[in-house]
Amino acid sequence: MQANGRRVVVTGVGAIAPGGVGREAFWDRIVGGRPAIRRISRFDPTEYRSCIAAECDFDPVAAGLTPQEIRRNDRFAQFALAASAEALLDSGLRTGEEDTERIGVSLGTAVGATITLEDEYVVASDHGRLWEVDPGHGMPFLYRAMHPSSAASEISLRYGLHGPSGVVSTGCTSGIDAIGYAFQAMKDGEADIMLAGASDAPISPITVACFDAIRATTTGGDDPEQASTPFDKERSGFVLGEGSAILVLEDLDHALARGAHIYCEVRGYDNRANAYHMTGLRPDGYELSEAIISAMCEAGVRPDQLDYISAHGSGTAQNDRHETAAYKRALGDHAYKVAISSVKSVIGHSLGAIGSLEMAACALAVDRGVIPPTANLVHPDPECDLDYTPIFAREQPVRHALSVGSGFGGFQSAMVFSAVLSAAEAGI
Amino acid sequence: MSTRAVLTGVGVVAPIGIGTAPYWRSALAGRSGLRRLNRLDATCSPIAVAGEVTGFEPATWMTNKLRVQTDRWSWFAMAAAEMALADAAFKPADHPNFQLSVVTASGSGGNEFGQKEEQALWAEHPSKVSAYQSIAWFYAASTGQISIKHGLTGGCGVVSADGAGGLDALKQAWRLLRRGSKAVLVGGSEAPLSPFALTCQSTLHTVYRGQDPDRAYLPFSPHAAGFVPGEGGALMVLEDRSHAAERGARIYAELLGHAATHDAHHHTAPAPDGVQLARAITTALASAGREPDDVDVVFADGAGDPDGDAAEAAALRRVFGPRLADLPVTVPKSAVGRLTSGGGALDTACAALALRSGVIPPTAGADEVASLERYGIRLVTRRLRPARLCTVLVVARGTGGFNSAVVLGSFE
Repeated sequence: MQANGRRVVVTGVGAIAPGGVGREAFWDRIVGGRPAIRRISRFDPTEYRSCIAAECDFDPVAAGLTPQEIRRNDRFAQFALAASAEALLDSGLRTGEEDTERIGVSLGTAVGATITLEDEYVVASDHGRLWEVDPGHGMPFLYRAMHPSSAASEISLRYGLHGPSGVVSTGCTSGIDAIGYAFQAMKDGEADIMLAGASDAPISPITVACFDAIRATTTGGDDPEQASTPFDKERSGFVLGEGSAILVLEDLDHALARGAHIYCEVRGYDNRANAYHMTGLRPDGYELSEAIISAMCEAGVRPDQLDYISAHGSGTAQNDRHETAAYKRALGDHAYKVAISSVKSVIGHSLGAIGSLEMAACALAVDRGVIPPTANLVHPDPECDLDYTPIFAREQPVRHALSVGSGFGGFQSAMVFSAVLSAAEAGI
Repeated sequence: MSTRAVLTGVGVVAPIGIGTAPYWRSALAGRSGLRRLNRLDATCSPIAVAGEVTGFEPATWMTNKLRVQTDRWSWFAMAAAEMALADAAFKPADHPNFQLSVVTASGSGGNEFGQKEEQALWAEHPSKVSAYQSIAWFYAASTGQISIKHGLTGGCGVVSADGAGGLDALKQAWRLLRRGSKAVLVGGSEAPLSPFALTCQSTLHTVYRGQDPDRAYLPFSPHAAGFVPGEGGALMVLEDRSHAAERGARIYAELLGHAATHDAHHHTAPAPDGVQLARAITTALASAGREPDDVDVVFADGAGDPDGDAAEAAALRRVFGPRLADLPVTVPKSAVGRLTSGGGALDTACAALALRSGVIPPTAGADEVASLERYGIRLVTRRLRPARLCTVLVVARGTGGFNSAVVLGSFE
């Protein structure tokens, strides 16, 4: 059953992100370092501590969703369907010509269909007046909102995919973990192709309020575009975002046989829990560094070979220092040399989805030889004394890229994407 | 899969018993835990019958501080984790913590906690939302809390595939063992009986809307009238075999195989031909190195509605052929309801108990003759001690088309 020699590559990328829909809009935005953060428009945020977010301008009809798909799916599932469509189109795969029993889905999400659940709750409870809600108000597809796995099954259904399908929901590492689980399933021979990524649409009153309650989000000051400031000493919390990225993971031989464009190879993945605190982080970054070391070990990549790190970089003091410590422990001196950046400075923190968007950024960075910057990084925190790639993108070859994620629950994840090397170069 | 994985501990929170021994006694007796909903706050519910966990005291299992930070669904998982570790005589502190992990299946998260906070937000003010909402409601809460409580720093996971998720969690746990973990707490739980959660479930046309607990959930019966939601679940200790042997652990069963497929047929209804469900079963058997003829009993998914039951029967016929009429099939969940993420986990725990004791628990409320006539399925109607009980197949499905199968073997 195990096929450890199997190599897995990325052959398609789809992205729904703040600041412009689609992969190229996403890439232009993060490379340009132009934050897509504004006052919340999805509801009136006046009564909330944090009134800003990185919102997507998403039109499900323009994205090609059918009226039925739009009616029965929450915004997060709609994002995932649209990103899947773009990724498949980009890959050139025609599912009708493939063995669909060998194609699976692995979708990450942190909070699933909160918008639909909340909208329906408000009606059924008469704005919170009733604890025993009026059951007559259940919209027809409410069960699907209750269970986030419905989004994965929706993707399988749309493309007739009979391989393993499911949701991974490890909070803010869901995106990396969903791609990681897909990678492992393919290495184990369970599928030849996986649609893997994540989606979240958490810009709803309850989610904004719950981060208000723990002061994890920034209030943003006067200018929303300057609100997300990872690694800057003036940072004051993260900015909530939304979006989705889906990658087509494909067996290398299968991709070569059909002459597919290969963005990069998935080389290593691991995760750890800190068993420390649901929201707190150990200052030494120990478990994150262990996840990094393990993923790089699986990838066969030495620290000095690493050209780019897509940081978690949420813009909380606790995270930025935790992460800086983890890089130093995992990479030694090379931690000071490698280019690191946080695209959350541009597209905010879309909880479970962000890991998939950051992996999409890594795939594009490897493919195009460009490192997106950390926007708004004007006054670096002296305790974050690594090269966090302020303001401007850099053109340079990216042979090996690392992405990390860290989230509530204490979860720490790391994944390595590399340019496709020959088996000899790769040491396989 | 060269790493052999064995179950060494079981913890159960179920409508028919809290704790493995009470649960198993009730399961063997075929005692049903389905009742008219007891909760005072469910009088408006269109769902009148459910599998409710009664007599659960959070204080037995956790500090008050932890209780107020967590939802009922996490309470069940945390309690089951304590029981599983105790049952396995496994003390996490005695082992390197990076070799210990937890993987849970999670379907709908912190329903009751979330509804309370929504109420605070809408009836009062956004600033009234609790600081704990952000860590109590989300699907990863149980795994995170268990990891912290027991100091498990290996790769912890959370999977969701509706009713199939409990089996998929086992797969991920097995993968962690192959990657170097020595023991993984694995399973799932669900607590979907709070008012808004019931409203969500009432939108499924397959849910039972009547008033009679005895007729509410009758899988493979000609009188099947839908399913009954339930709460609870199970956590187990899945351990590397050599590790278990070295510490002299008592072993329930070996995890031999798993496979998952998807129907891709309809957004709620299963594919009537059962082809993909059958493929999940045959693939799981192949990965276990077993033939269909090796299977001694099937723990079926048992949807409890005519279409779902017919689809599963079709899948089982594809796999077992004419032998199906003689093969014992049981649906112990007919006594507890469908626990979504907790269901596959509880069925696996039940199968492990069956393998160790050599006894198959019955399907509460089953009519052997009627099910055989209608579906060609020979339901176990009272506790059965077969001549051979070495290989058990556990089948689980999730709304939307998820199919999973697990093969467990007795351990020699």
